[in-house]
Amino acid sequence: MMDTIFALATAPGKAGVAVVRVSGPSAFVACVHIAGSVPKPRHASLRRLSDLDGDTLDEALVLVFQAGHSFTGEDVVEFQCHGSVAITSAILRALGELPGLRMAEPGEFTRRALENGRLDLTQVEGLADLIESETEMQRKQAQRLLEGAIGEKAETWRRDLIRAAALLEAVIDFADEDVPEDVSDEVLALTEKSRLGISQELRGIDAAERVRTGFEVAIVGAPNVGKSTLLNALAGRDAAITSEYAGTTRDVIEVRMDLGGLPVTVLDTAGLRETEDHVEGIGIARARERAQAADLRIFLTDGEAPDLAPAPGDIVIQAKADLRGSGVSGKTGQGVEQLVSEITDRLQDQAAHAGLASRERHRLALAQAISGLQAAETHVRIGAEQYDLGAEELRNVVRALESLVGRIDVENLLDEIFASFCLGK
Amino acid sequence: MKHFDFDVVVVGGGHAGVDAAHASARMGARTALVTLKRESIGVMSCNPAIGGLGKGHLVREIDALDGVMGRVADKAGIQFRLLNRRKGPAVQGPRAQSDRKIYRAEMLAEMESQPNLSIIEGEVTDFIMDGARVDGVLLADESAIRAKSTVLTTGTFLRGVIHIGDLSYSGGRMGDKPSVRLAERIDSFGLPLGRLKTGTPPRLDGRTIDWDKLEKQPGDDDPVMFSFMSKAPFVRQVSCGITHTNEKTHDIIRKNLERSAMYGGHIEGVGPRYCPSIEDKVVRFADKTSHQIFLEPESLDDHTVYPNGISTSLPEDVQSDYVRSIYALENAVILQPGYAIEYDYVDPRALDLRLSLRDVGGLFLAGQINGTTGYEEAAAQGVVAGLNAAAEAMDRDPITFSRAESYIGVMVDDLTTRGVTEPYRMFTSRAEFRLSLRADNADQRLTPKGLAIGCVGEGRRRLFEGKIERLSSARTRLEAQSFTPRQIAELGLKVNQDGARRNGFEILAFPEMSFEQATRLDGTLSDIDEETRRQLERDALYANYIERQNRDVAAMKRDEQQVIPQSFSFDAIEGLSNELKGKLNAARPGNLAQAARIDGMTPAALTLILARLRRESREKTA
Ligand SMILES: Cc1cc2nc3c(=O)[nH]c(=O)nc-3n(C[C@H](O)[C@H](O)[C@H](O)COP(=O)(O)OP(=O)(O)OC[C@H]3O[C@@H](n4cnc5c(N)ncnc54)[C@H](O)[C@@H]3O)c2cc1C
Repeated sequence: MMDTIFALATAPGKAGVAVVRVSGPSAFVACVHIAGSVPKPRHASLRRLSDLDGDTLDEALVLVFQAGHSFTGEDVVEFQCHGSVAITSAILRALGELPGLRMAEPGEFTRRALENGRLDLTQVEGLADLIESETEMQRKQAQRLLEGAIGEKAETWRRDLIRAAALLEAVIDFADEDVPEDVSDEVLALTEKSRLGISQELRGIDAAERVRTGFEVAIVGAPNVGKSTLLNALAGRDAAITSEYAGTTRDVIEVRMDLGGLPVTVLDTAGLRETEDHVEGIGIARARERAQAADLRIFLTDGEAPDLAPAPGDIVIQAKADLRGSGVSGKTGQGVEQLVSEITDRLQDQAAHAGLASRERHRLALAQAISGLQAAETHVRIGAEQYDLGAEELRNVVRALESLVGRIDVENLLDEIFASFCLGK
Repeated sequence: MKHFDFDVVVVGGGHAGVDAAHASARMGARTALVTLKRESIGVMSCNPAIGGLGKGHLVREIDALDGVMGRVADKAGIQFRLLNRRKGPAVQGPRAQSDRKIYRAEMLAEMESQPNLSIIEGEVTDFIMDGARVDGVLLADESAIRAKSTVLTTGTFLRGVIHIGDLSYSGGRMGDKPSVRLAERIDSFGLPLGRLKTGTPPRLDGRTIDWDKLEKQPGDDDPVMFSFMSKAPFVRQVSCGITHTNEKTHDIIRKNLERSAMYGGHIEGVGPRYCPSIEDKVVRFADKTSHQIFLEPESLDDHTVYPNGISTSLPEDVQSDYVRSIYALENAVILQPGYAIEYDYVDPRALDLRLSLRDVGGLFLAGQINGTTGYEEAAAQGVVAGLNAAAEAMDRDPITFSRAESYIGVMVDDLTTRGVTEPYRMFTSRAEFRLSLRADNADQRLTPKGLAIGCVGEGRRRLFEGKIERLSSARTRLEAQSFTPRQIAELGLKVNQDGARRNGFEILAFPEMSFEQATRLDGTLSDIDEETRRQLERDALYANYIERQNRDVAAMKRDEQQVIPQSFSFDAIEGLSNELKGKLNAARPGNLAQAARIDGMTPAALTLILARLRRESREKTA
């Protein structure tokens, strides 16, 4: 039987509506759980949504489509709810707790539509772009996740899990060779350490924390185009050194601020231009990297195009409006307010779209990893007779954490085994 | 109309060759097995043992398809041990020490008695070509054998070079000649080749070993056979001796390191990490002062002993020195020196799931030539290649094996999608569905498939159907009755007092539960026979896990059904990175499931491939 998948299907848009889509054989069962009953197909019905404990999540329009009459070709339920971060994430979380339901992979709705012959050729033509942008969004998320503190933690989990799994596999696969017969203590030490770390992380990404994490917005543009001045204007204080001379901002300057209610870190990046200066060269390279990884870029132009190309959805705006008449000016404040509302609009859009989804995915993965680790520990504690089951649970843990710790396959385990034990009769 | 002497010709009478030829003949294809020497059919070039972890699973699977390896290993078995006996059944692997003479004799007898199968002695020097298609083989005596499909299983005979210290000469195995002309022909196909190495220890004269001083390792008290058709060992059982290397041994080796072929820089091929030479062990694990050696008798009526654990490419005089530094081997005489061998292999990513070369029609490869090591790996590939060579010759559908159903499927998939970086050996950890791919249920997994394709004989069919009948009726009886948590608790099991009734099979799934205990709940179950009881226990033990895996299995099977045709162009897919395109072009996955396993593959990229597949098939039907 196919899994039933769910995800946020739309950006909230101006009306502040978000669509959570559920597709697959258990979609209607999920609908009963969340909305009380399954409304008449293809009729929008207003329902009270609640989680498994019966707590109200939202009032929403619920639309159901039967298999054969939906986008994916499967049973589909769409919840059109209020576009707030808190509401959509609560709905996603409630869905994630239902048996047989899981978060959709990027592009998975489209894939099911394809598999069920629900897309025609012209739609397939545009698919590359669609998936490209979905993937790009994922890549950015992952990159940012791994750059930060969680990257280091994930690296430790990865090492520990490889080691724990390798110990079990060595005892299983090289039983007639010179390997210890009982590795339970060492394995348990490793799994418990990871489990505690993961629990801590999981607590950290709860709702309140989540909103604090925020977005990154990079200001990019040629040297001396007025990026730092704009940053200062946005922040309302002297955050970046500004001067008349091109190339003053050598590195990346970060300022956290609240923009239209959203937590945002604005990055002021070194001016993008060819340089002979070594130190400045490094600054520019870093600036480029950070700018590419950001959620949104503001391109400040003063006629000539910077050598970094804007991505779809980025903001391109004329600099030094005080001199040129239109655009934005950090110096006089002209156009700053419009810019701020433009930025918040676009971020809100993303908030409900990829960012939230991937955080929810992340949370589910961590929760799954913890229960897998607990199950593994139960088996390993019993001893070698249940190492096969312990190893199986660890395999699931690793799979759940794949988006965080990267793929771990048998070759990684074998590397660890051969590095630690002298094998070969 | 072309004339063919045979449907299938198999080149090489090693482990891959015999199971390939036998499988092909079982399918009803007229089959010829061409090999250098009739008496070297079924020769074990290295350790005289069959099975082990992962490997024992392969032997069971070969047997489930009515292949020969398991039956012959049972007949030749002089010491049977079920590895991991005290661990879960999923990771138990049968292993047996073989009498190498009996093995050879029994293998030859199997081959000679198989209908549709002719054995031809000779050296194959070339293929008969028809454009890019192989139409059979030419022998050194200029005779030709025309066949619709050809299976090449020549092991290490492609540019094999043997090294003993600084001496080296070409040869596929001690005493055999390498196949130079054949190698040149294969070069002309432009296939990707690589170089690997492996080694073997010196053989000792058992009469010069001080057995009395040695710790002994006997076989199991209740030997577990390979074949589902065998009941008990056929010949007398023996023990192995155990001794260890010591500081003195390591000193001798260290002092002579530069005289070792490997450390003297004579060898470039990559060796297996799980089968290091004693030189390697001493260098890489310098702080270990001793390594274990198993002294394994090679035959009941011969004195040759195989010292397992000291394979080497040191010169003969050094071998003799270090052997004699070992406890109980002080007077040991070497009958044949150890050596290392380097050889060419064909990058198996050039093969499809039938083990047929994608770019050369009519040619199948199996065994060590594909970069694997081990008899069992070779034989299992032989079965796949033999079945498919026959199927192709008789215009029948391809016969492929899935990772979800067998270790055979895991191996073929690993080889053809990921290639090899060291000689490939099976481990149970390679099988993600390990809990369902057990040695004990290989027949349940594969014999029905074998019956459907027609490679399983009458005798096995009857035996199998009888067994399945007993199993399923016993299971039905178990499932028909349910018990309350309180009844279950009375058996001493810890169970949630949740009021939910559980049926007999579910109760059997508790790890600490035995069938005998279950008969206390229902006395009528006691008429169920011993074999059925044990099998039900094993099936029940993993039932919950297997249930959980079923969704993954189903997803993989669905992807396997998305066949990627030979002519499919990955380059034409918009939005795929060049890096991924390169990897896809090297591995040329045969279906979407294989594509998914390519390193770096993303769900998005898979959807793009799928979209393109859909589009092409629609354009075709339009
Ligand atoms: C020195 C050595 C050490 C090894 N050590 C180990 C080990 O420690 N552990 C392990 O698991 N495995 C080991 N192996 C590997 C194992 O022996 C092989 O993987 C396995 O036997 C391969 O089977 P095969 O059928 O592919 O080839 P082989 O068993 O080598 O059979 C090849 C056959 O082809 C025939 N042949 C070759 N050329 C021609 C021709 N031109 N015309 C006709 N017939 C031809 C030969 O006569 C031979 O019968 C070792 C192998 C060697 C050679």
